[in-house]
Amino acid sequence: MRFALAWSSLRRHTTRTLLATLGVAVAAAMLLDMVMMSTGMRESFRELLLSRGFQLRLAPKGTLPFDTDATIKNTSGILTILRTNPAITTVSPVLGGTIQIPRGNRVVTSSALGINPLVQGDYELLAGKDPLADDAIVGNDDFLKATGARIGDTLDIASGYDPELRTYAASRKMVLTGRVRFLYGAADQLATAMRLGTLQQLSGTEHANDASLFMIRIRNDSEVEGVRRWTERMIPGVSGISTATALVQVDQRLSYFRQLAVILGSVSLFVGFLLVTTLVTVSVNERIGEITVMRALGVSRSHIVQQIVMEATALMITGSIAGLGLGLATGHYLNAILSSFPGLPVAINFFLFQPSSAWTALGLLALSGIAAGVYPSFRAASLPIATTLRQDAIA
Amino acid sequence: MTTIEDVHRSDVRRGTPSAAVVEARNLGRDYKFGEESIHALKGVTFDVGEKDYVAVVGPSGCGKSTLLNLLGVVDSPSQGTVRIRGHDVGSMRDREATSFRLHNIGFVFQRFYLMPTLSALENIELPMAEAGKKKGERVARGRELLAYVGLGHRERHRPSQLSGGEQQRVAIARALANNPAILLADEPTGELDAKTGGEVISLFERLNGDGTTIIVVTHDEVLARAAHRRIHMRDGSIVDE
Repeated sequence: MRFALAWSSLRRHTTRTLLATLGVAVAAAMLLDMVMMSTGMRESFRELLLSRGFQLRLAPKGTLPFDTDATIKNTSGILTILRTNPAITTVSPVLGGTIQIPRGNRVVTSSALGINPLVQGDYELLAGKDPLADDAIVGNDDFLKATGARIGDTLDIASGYDPELRTYAASRKMVLTGRVRFLYGAADQLATAMRLGTLQQLSGTEHANDASLFMIRIRNDSEVEGVRRWTERMIPGVSGISTATALVQVDQRLSYFRQLAVILGSVSLFVGFLLVTTLVTVSVNERIGEITVMRALGVSRSHIVQQIVMEATALMITGSIAGLGLGLATGHYLNAILSSFPGLPVAINFFLFQPSSAWTALGLLALSGIAAGVYPSFRAASLPIATTLRQDAIA
Repeated sequence: MTTIEDVHRSDVRRGTPSAAVVEARNLGRDYKFGEESIHALKGVTFDVGEKDYVAVVGPSGCGKSTLLNLLGVVDSPSQGTVRIRGHDVGSMRDREATSFRLHNIGFVFQRFYLMPTLSALENIELPMAEAGKKKGERVARGRELLAYVGLGHRERHRPSQLSGGEQQRVAIARALANNPAILLADEPTGELDAKTGGEVISLFERLNGDGTTIIVVTHDEVLARAAHRRIHMRDGSIVDE
């Protein structure tokens, strides 16, 4: 009966209830987005770092693992050192660089990765074959679109362009063998990959033994920290970045987003709370006579409180469920905008949906719904019956 | 036709055995307005017996409604005692008083005060639901009571779809839902025209004839004349009976 009374009270002013639900939905959507943003980026980074099973990256000190412009000298020497550690199962060196591809009367510039195609962890092959031969190259969709090349085409690849002399340091013909998707690529970035030795040769003699990054697979997760310390001790000038330490760095660099998310999430929660409190208070004030008569008929204070809290909670939950859909839609839209942030991998999700985020948002809203109903319900249930009935009759 | 014997299966919670249903002794009620104290009720003493039908009459502000509130356990006396079926109701705490009202007092108000979002039947079910009665039992008794007040065909109608007289009859049925010891009515014909007011008066007579104890506060001469006893009040005191 209490549920029927609560439901009928909400239906009494349909438009007002709908508008309040819409208001709560907007607040809930914002709260969900903020909860998704505060946890999503970190989780997305973690998934990205672990996506190919490499638990440790070696990078020049002070850089993030996807910063391929940095270089480490003596790649072959470092590989020899790393292979002496029995806990390390796979080492994938990566060199970042830039290449130019003359196409008719224009030159297309693209980023390039030098990798070991047998153990690489930078791209997914979508069509064709890996660049196993020295003259093989693979590219992403943006590269294929910009050059107009297709799998099987031979391309003139050059590097080390000197703008004063208008010459290249090196060039060679290469065959496009595959279409790939780069895991750490930024939006609209033209990207290619070839064997490490090929890119080292194209980059000039001073880069003949360079790498930007080593990605390392370790036999057991429990050994990662030990191997990280070992590499830093054995190889001066590099930072060993495990997934955990990378996340710490990411946390530090993205703390602004999290603070923003917490503040905006709190504000939206408070707005939802105020909205429902106001609506329920207005509704209770309109029904003072009815509520007092219920008390006179023998309805207990606790049942009056329960009924009104039920109304507030129903408003909050209905609005929250609507807000869930709205939050997912707006999160998807905002994610598309933020993913094109310069220099960040397109695979990073700023608004990663996790069921726990939805439950957290719903739980917070349900709690604030209960809190929103407490004040007006206690006020209504505590009114002196005789005096209130007399005042209502006079009114 | 349904009779009160069908619907008045008394399950009143009885206290100390007493010949009178209501015993008011030296009853007083004061209200404070700042420094000033208003004596709304001054030393009122009277009894109401089983199956009695009492009308409390008097000019506005004489203390009739205050007396009714004390008898209805929605207010506490400043002095004196009220006993209903042997229970000292004046000293009850809120929880006890609420439970007592639910099981022993039937209220009828001038402005009906039906829940506008509930049907006639659901309005009658409300006190029974509060008393923990099951849905089937509530519906059966609600229909019996609606038939008794002549509105068996209106059970699904909302208050806004009923006339004033019909609403008051539903309110009377609601007041009887939990078989109360007494039915208290505050100006029950105050918002009705002569014809529909007459129907309510007839219903009270029938209810009393079937064994319901009724105390009614009224300005309505016709309603007052229908009662077996008339208590005249002035300035917070009983001046004639």
